[in-house]
Amino acid sequence: MHHVHLDNWSRGRSPLHRRDPRAKILALIVFLIVLATTPANASLTLGIDAALLIAGILIAGLPLGELLLRAMVVLPFSLTFGLISWLAGDRLRALALIEKSYLSAAAVLLVVGTTSLPALLSGLERLGAPRMLVLVAQFLYRYLFVISEQAQHMRLAARSRQGDPRFHRKGRFRAAAGALAVLFARSYYRAEGIHRAMLARAFTGRFPLLGSLHFRVADGAFLLAAAAFLILVRVQ
Amino acid sequence: MTPLIQVRGLYFQYEDGTRALDGVDFTLEAGETVALFGANGSGKTTFVLHLNGILRGQGEITVCGMPLSKETLPDVRSKIGMVFQDSDEQLFMPTVLEDVAFGPLNLGSTPHEAIHLAEAALEQVGMQHAATKAPYHLSAGEKKRVALAGVLAMHPEILVLDEPNTFLDPPGQSNLVHLLKTLPQAKLIITHDTHFAASLATRAVFFQKGKLVADGSVNEVIQRFNWNYSALPADLRYSAQRRF
Repeated sequence: MHHVHLDNWSRGRSPLHRRDPRAKILALIVFLIVLATTPANASLTLGIDAALLIAGILIAGLPLGELLLRAMVVLPFSLTFGLISWLAGDRLRALALIEKSYLSAAAVLLVVGTTSLPALLSGLERLGAPRMLVLVAQFLYRYLFVISEQAQHMRLAARSRQGDPRFHRKGRFRAAAGALAVLFARSYYRAEGIHRAMLARAFTGRFPLLGSLHFRVADGAFLLAAAAFLILVRVQ
Repeated sequence: MTPLIQVRGLYFQYEDGTRALDGVDFTLEAGETVALFGANGSGKTTFVLHLNGILRGQGEITVCGMPLSKETLPDVRSKIGMVFQDSDEQLFMPTVLEDVAFGPLNLGSTPHEAIHLAEAALEQVGMQHAATKAPYHLSAGEKKRVALAGVLAMHPEILVLDEPNTFLDPPGQSNLVHLLKTLPQAKLIITHDTHFAASLATRAVFFQKGKLVADGSVNEVIQRFNWNYSALPADLRYSAQRRF
């Protein structure tokens, strides 16, 4: 699964892995702003941004090919809008749109792949992200695996009873819709069970924080250097 | 000596009108391990969910001398450690250490104290090596141990375990029995496994349609209700007509 790969990547020990999550999140925001405001014809700036990203991936020791492949997940969306711009006659904008969205996705993957989820969520919270949003992300991440496992079990159970699938397309669609409803109901009941388990351990409505983040001099230096380089490349 | 748990005349009805508990009286003394037997839907889980106020019915519940009420709820929940049947529902934090520290933090420990308590509890169940792991990387037996550590970190006086050997393979069940035997707390164990119960419990009670209908030694209760697969008549053991 996608998030299992990211989880494995985030356990590395590179200099990028060791940076405080807040430094990485802020550097990512600077990167995204610089990328979004780069003119469509500034191919040198876009090229330098791409090179910086590749350097980051290599320093982090993440599998370059696999990461670049996974960043393609945004292409169906950006290609659609790129196609519209292309058909409208603005070919340069179309190419820049695809390039920028792809680089953004790769940059996000670089940060997520070098930061464990608890640290990332903790960093987001310390930077002022709404607590409820952070909690929803945390629970979604935790139970995505459980729900997908349930879905796989149900799929297996359905397949083992359906006979020759070529003759039952309509039936298969109906079974999938039913399975989705069951999955939703089970997730609902599971949420109730989780809430009970939380209450049993004296939960009062506020999630306690355990980990403490340490923003060190090296984190500040990393953030300043990354931001300064990106802005310098952008304004030149 | 004050009993750890005293329940008098407990009634509970679900919103759909199902009467789940029908006048239950129960007492748990210090040092006891009591097995809760009964068919599915007989009220065992509903009963234990009343002991720490997750469900609220009519009747009197006293835990460690404290009458259960809104005011005493935080104290009662610190006294009763509840391990649920499905460990995935209990392990909701991103890492094992954070999950085990969840209870102590809720009870007012500082992060430093909570980490200390969590590490000690993980060591008690032999899972200290998994502190930084994500819960979904653990086996069913490991998840059960971590879930147990999550309640032990709160230093409860009573452990309530809902079908603790579900999803465990025989070595996992054996390990769990050994682990539970080392824990000094009084225990309430919901189980269908008579061997598991016999190896741990000093007493057993039997639930039937929301009533507690028997209270005695584990063997007495098993024999009285034929609560054993091998005790069933041969035709019923394999009969498709048997209702589960």
